[in-house]
Amino acid sequence: MAELTRETLVLNMGPQHPSTHGVLRLLLELEGEVIVGAHPVIGYLHTGFEKEMETRTYHQNIVFPPRIEYLATFIEEQAYVLAVEKLLGITAPPRAQTIRLILAELSRIASHLVYLGTAAIDLNVSSVFMYCFRDREQILDIFEMVSGQRMMHGYFRIGGLQWDLPEGFVPRVRAFLEELPRHLDEYEALLTDNLIWRRRTEGVAVLSADDALRYGCTGPVLRGSGVPYDVRKAFPYGGYDQYAFDIPVGRRGDAFDRYRVRMEEMRQSRRIVLQALDRLAPGPVMVDDPKVALPPRSELVRSMEAVIHHFKLVSEGIHPPPGEVYAAVESPRGEKGYYIVSDGSNRPVRVRVRSASFNNLQALPVMLYRGTVADVVVAIASIDIVLGDVDR
Amino acid sequence: MTGAPARLAARLAAAVRERAEFRDELTLVVSREDLLEALQAARAEGFVMLTDLTAVDRHPARPRFEVVYLLTALDPPARVRLKVRVEADDATVPSATGLWPGASWLEREVYDLFGIVFIGHPDLRRILLPDDWEGHPLRKDYPLVEEPVQFRGHTPKVPSQIIPRVPPGQ
Repeated sequence: MAELTRETLVLNMGPQHPSTHGVLRLLLELEGEVIVGAHPVIGYLHTGFEKEMETRTYHQNIVFPPRIEYLATFIEEQAYVLAVEKLLGITAPPRAQTIRLILAELSRIASHLVYLGTAAIDLNVSSVFMYCFRDREQILDIFEMVSGQRMMHGYFRIGGLQWDLPEGFVPRVRAFLEELPRHLDEYEALLTDNLIWRRRTEGVAVLSADDALRYGCTGPVLRGSGVPYDVRKAFPYGGYDQYAFDIPVGRRGDAFDRYRVRMEEMRQSRRIVLQALDRLAPGPVMVDDPKVALPPRSELVRSMEAVIHHFKLVSEGIHPPPGEVYAAVESPRGEKGYYIVSDGSNRPVRVRVRSASFNNLQALPVMLYRGTVADVVVAIASIDIVLGDVDR
Repeated sequence: MTGAPARLAARLAAAVRERAEFRDELTLVVSREDLLEALQAARAEGFVMLTDLTAVDRHPARPRFEVVYLLTALDPPARVRLKVRVEADDATVPSATGLWPGASWLEREVYDLFGIVFIGHPDLRRILLPDDWEGHPLRKDYPLVEEPVQFRGHTPKVPSQIIPRVPPGQ
């Protein structure tokens, strides 16, 4: 921090400021109204998930991922279970994978709706904020129907799912997706050609493609700068390579391009979900591996072997082979990866959460340089940070 | 193992101390002296993105710490993992901030939670924990304190002890 001289003024923003989208503190160095330095201060929401995960078994850890990135919970769970499945060398049955994909893409839509709503209300467009939450509410109702929870689902299991989809899930999702394009067009009509929105976002918080790569940005921040990197295309997981969808890419890397990229991603997610609903074939939703999956209840009264497996799984958990894996998924904020080191015991030696927001936030000072104080709000909103994801 | 990771492994053949392939992931262990050159070679080979930088405490194994660099190539997509092993009483690693400015916060986090010092880092301070915090929580010997239950009549059992750790091979 440069010394407080007559030329620069140090302005503290946060951690209670409403537009920092959580407990983020920014120290801004100002020359008049121009920002010459920005220092994000994080850690107010540091929960110690990584330490916590070392003290529990692999199954018990399923509750932590949705609490890390709490806006796109299914994607987070998918990342964790994919990492453990990779470590074990198993894959979930096709139906379970398709259901995971549907729920993950719905999570992406829900998360981008929160981005759109909060970015809009930061610029005082409160009607869009309410419309977005109306739509998100419908998605959360669908999630509640599936898993019984609105946010912290814990629905994915290592090797599959907790249970199969309830009755009436598919028609309900279809009904929601029927409505969605009309709503998205409405938001576009309210924002995209709105003179104030354009003036406040075009050419603001510009991040060049080169800088975005050097700072390790991923997700819409990187794609808005024009680099077409998407984990779903580059390192396909969970069957994404069998679906037709496009990767929207921006040109200038400003806040407006990121907004356009996210709007298009919602439409692409809808496309993926519609394809997945068509391919949803009946079948098991859990691997048939007694070392990983709990035996069905009906087996327990008939077979001693099933009882023994059940007891071992509940009282010890699974023993993966020693080794280390990294599995990444495309979260709404970028590449979300889990790096798990196992020594063969029933607890991980190290679980590292590679969070996208953490790296994206590092590029904030670059975006803000020579901007104005009014642009700070737009820049933070355009990165779409989740502080739980930054601080872990 | 083909493509960019294999080319990188061939290029670094002299520096690689150990090489592991597990679940189609290539891990190369290099010595601390060769680290920066290895990272530069990786970037020249197309691994333009430092996706993750973290550490693992292998206590009680020796050398105790592993600093892990996960690199990603975009076109064609590929990943490779580089590792450096350091001892606890000499936990210093050269900083990668000269190659990727994005390594700055990641290295601060490793310093914060493991106590590994990065030589040449412009601003090595704690990032997640308060500046006056004592100790480095992700070290294995850091005591884990859990909140006691506030009522009588139950046997205290902390969540992490409900299912005990079962070592491999039992």
